[in-house]
Amino acid sequence: MRKLALHDDILMQVEKPARYIGNEVNSVEKDRTKISVRFAMCFPDVYEIGMSHLGIQILYSMLNGWEDVWCERVYSPWADLDQIMRRDSIPLFCLESQEPVKNMDFLGITIQYEMCYTNILQILELSQIPLLAAERGEDMPIVIGGGPCVYNPEPIADFFDLFYIGEGETQYRPLIDWYLENRRLGGTREDFLHGAAKIPGIYVPQFYEEMYNEDGTVSGRRKKYEDIPDVIMKEIVTDVTQAHYPLKPVVPFIKVTQDRVVLEIQRGCIRGCRFCQAGQIYRPVRERSVDKLKEYAVEMLRNTGHEEISLSSLSSSDYSKLDELLDFLIAECGQKHINISLPSLRIDAFSLDVMSKVQDVKKSSLTFAPEAGSQRLRDVINKGLTEEVILNGATLAFKGGWTRVKLYFMLGLPTETEEDILGIGDLSNKIAAAFFEAVPKEKRVNGKVQIVTSTSFFIPKPFTAFQWAPMCTKEAFLEKAHLTKKGIMGQLNQKSIKYNWHEADVSVLEGVFARGDRRVSKAILRAYEKGCMFDSWSEYFHNDLWLESFEACGLDIGFYTTRERANDEIFPWDFIDCGVTREFLLREWKKAQSQTVSPNCKAQCQGCGANRFGVGICHEK
Amino acid sequence: MKVRIKFAKYGSMKFIGHLDMMRFFQKAVRRADIDVKYSEGFSPHQIMSFAAPLGVGIESCGEYLDLEVQSMSSSEDMKNTLNQVMVEGVKVLAVNVLPDQTKNAMASVAAASYQIHLKEGAFGIPDLAKAVADFYAQERIPFTKETKKSVMEIDLKQGIYEMYADETQVLEEIMSTSAAMYIADSAEKRKSVPCIRMTVDASSGGNIKPTVVFEKFCAFTGCDIPACAIQVTRLETYTDLAKGGQKRQLAPLLL
Repeated sequence: MRKLALHDDILMQVEKPARYIGNEVNSVEKDRTKISVRFAMCFPDVYEIGMSHLGIQILYSMLNGWEDVWCERVYSPWADLDQIMRRDSIPLFCLESQEPVKNMDFLGITIQYEMCYTNILQILELSQIPLLAAERGEDMPIVIGGGPCVYNPEPIADFFDLFYIGEGETQYRPLIDWYLENRRLGGTREDFLHGAAKIPGIYVPQFYEEMYNEDGTVSGRRKKYEDIPDVIMKEIVTDVTQAHYPLKPVVPFIKVTQDRVVLEIQRGCIRGCRFCQAGQIYRPVRERSVDKLKEYAVEMLRNTGHEEISLSSLSSSDYSKLDELLDFLIAECGQKHINISLPSLRIDAFSLDVMSKVQDVKKSSLTFAPEAGSQRLRDVINKGLTEEVILNGATLAFKGGWTRVKLYFMLGLPTETEEDILGIGDLSNKIAAAFFEAVPKEKRVNGKVQIVTSTSFFIPKPFTAFQWAPMCTKEAFLEKAHLTKKGIMGQLNQKSIKYNWHEADVSVLEGVFARGDRRVSKAILRAYEKGCMFDSWSEYFHNDLWLESFEACGLDIGFYTTRERANDEIFPWDFIDCGVTREFLLREWKKAQSQTVSPNCKAQCQGCGANRFGVGICHEK
Repeated sequence: MKVRIKFAKYGSMKFIGHLDMMRFFQKAVRRADIDVKYSEGFSPHQIMSFAAPLGVGIESCGEYLDLEVQSMSSSEDMKNTLNQVMVEGVKVLAVNVLPDQTKNAMASVAAASYQIHLKEGAFGIPDLAKAVADFYAQERIPFTKETKKSVMEIDLKQGIYEMYADETQVLEEIMSTSAAMYIADSAEKRKSVPCIRMTVDASSGGNIKPTVVFEKFCAFTGCDIPACAIQVTRLETYTDLAKGGQKRQLAPLLL
């Protein structure tokens, strides 16, 4: 039997010891004498969040499919265990072998949101790995960053030996082969990194230096070796149907956020919303074959015993064989009492019909994401959802028995006016009114409709049309939230509407990290040293420490957030090529300012540049 | 048709709480493709009920759950299929078909037997057998039971049906893998592990925690052994076969 890294008395002291013991169904144990490469795959947040991530399951399964590699998992120890590990100098360990992370060959960290940056430092420090890549010795693991945030890796560049830009399925084998080859040749860490920097999609930040103009903007980059690329092209899977898929995902003992089988039906999104980074960086749209998905569903349910299955994609309604897939799932899951959850579906007659078959109408709620309160602003952001469509969908749903609606909006979008903000209340009110119109009094369950309107603050992201846009200050954000609230309170049906808004402090910081340059890493390090960690958990977020850290590093937050960027400014992430061209994004930025919508990929190609990958929707007839 | 499943839980699995064990078995039943019966209603669930919840940190080779099935081939078959989908640290020991009228597992529980031994080292009590006997010979063992709602004076002695020290046979009675974890591999060392055994009330009204008894024992003997130094193992869960008025007649939930 495995020996656990933590003593019983520690495990009995901490909240949810199951986070730290491994041993889950489908977790992989290997004979360490037959392994050449040890890989620790990390999601830098608490177990329940990390275990819900599909990407890690894919890479875990793929890497463990190779005989010479053993991939294990690592998550952030929660604050209670963190304290104990520091006190007793217990090195952070992998869940499967319970051996220290520092003994592994690689530590891969997936970076899904900016607010986990200090958690990355926690992982490194608890692992007893030097925080700065430049200070790591020959015997330390190679620390790799991946995931959407590495499309602007500069704010965390100092902490990583290399970044993997793009989809993980393609270059891990070449990277590991080179690692083994370099080891055989007796090469150094530097030799390995130098060779790795020439593998497609791999970026070794310490070989590049960022240079600045007097006004603080980026002037260019210098590289250490002539033979490494100036531009890093993202990696993509050309045939998603043939790509590796985790048919035996790890099944956690404790309840996690995504406690279900996840079927990734497609990658990419045809929609082209101008605020959305995922919609750009995962282009082009590539669908997985429906037959394959049916096969996967059956096998994964059998292998996990999960009682729920969910479809994953940026916009499920755009999947061309959706009805065929859902018919199959309804038939298959119905007899086995398996629930089907359907996120990101457009609300229309078809989806309502499907939902009424798989959900308890009385208990479930409908979700609309208009993102902006007026048609004018929805045109600016290219969100092709009209008020008419929303009201028709809601009316249909109310007639079908639904009484709960969730609405998502963003505040602080480019060109936003007071009128746009007040439109949020108007639209919420109209939906409530639609309920009272659609459902006669005697048929109203509890006599009520519940509308939950939520706003988040708009954060401009790299590789979007809004990467040039100024972001609001905290004060401006809060004013907008108050105006939204006032607008809702003034509505006829205000009693049916509940309003939630996000914290503004965290959004401002996220804005800095999203479009930050390499200098920002100093502030992240400083804030971590002051005790910042789990910043995405409001009880652990200390804005004052962050502000102090930026000041101490001589960095102006406004430079990264509220500053208007010139059309020709060099951005810290410009050396990455995500397929979508800067010219296209600039065109979209200009169209946004003139409130011109762009049709989606299926309707008409906009020439974004992603067609050069030679696959996906760009090349379908 | 109702079946009763007896299982052991040990090693790292002792850190998995009761509710998570229920979820674990629900998923296991699906993986094993058992033709389980579901409840009616919009969100049907498997008809499954556990006997006595086991505290986190405690190992057991006497856990029970009842499951209603539509059909099955044989008990032995079900045991094997289930064991194929278990993890290290959970093992199905037996499956029995129950007569239709059997009370459910939880309602049937009357008592449980436990074993307490040290994870490392010895109790440090010169004559453990005598110390335990002296402790158990007390007429009353008063204990202040504090719950969220009330503070109550109770007499533990009423609920301790048996208590003695033992020195051998750890391996015969609990899972070998489990024992191997806390006793170093030497075979001689295994045999000489001293332990305290007890059978206590485990009914819903009068449940007694073995750790509470051990604390009282330590106070009585004047030894100082922290809770984190001991390993508690539930050996068996019992039902009471006695009819009204008869003397207690404990029998394992599954013979």
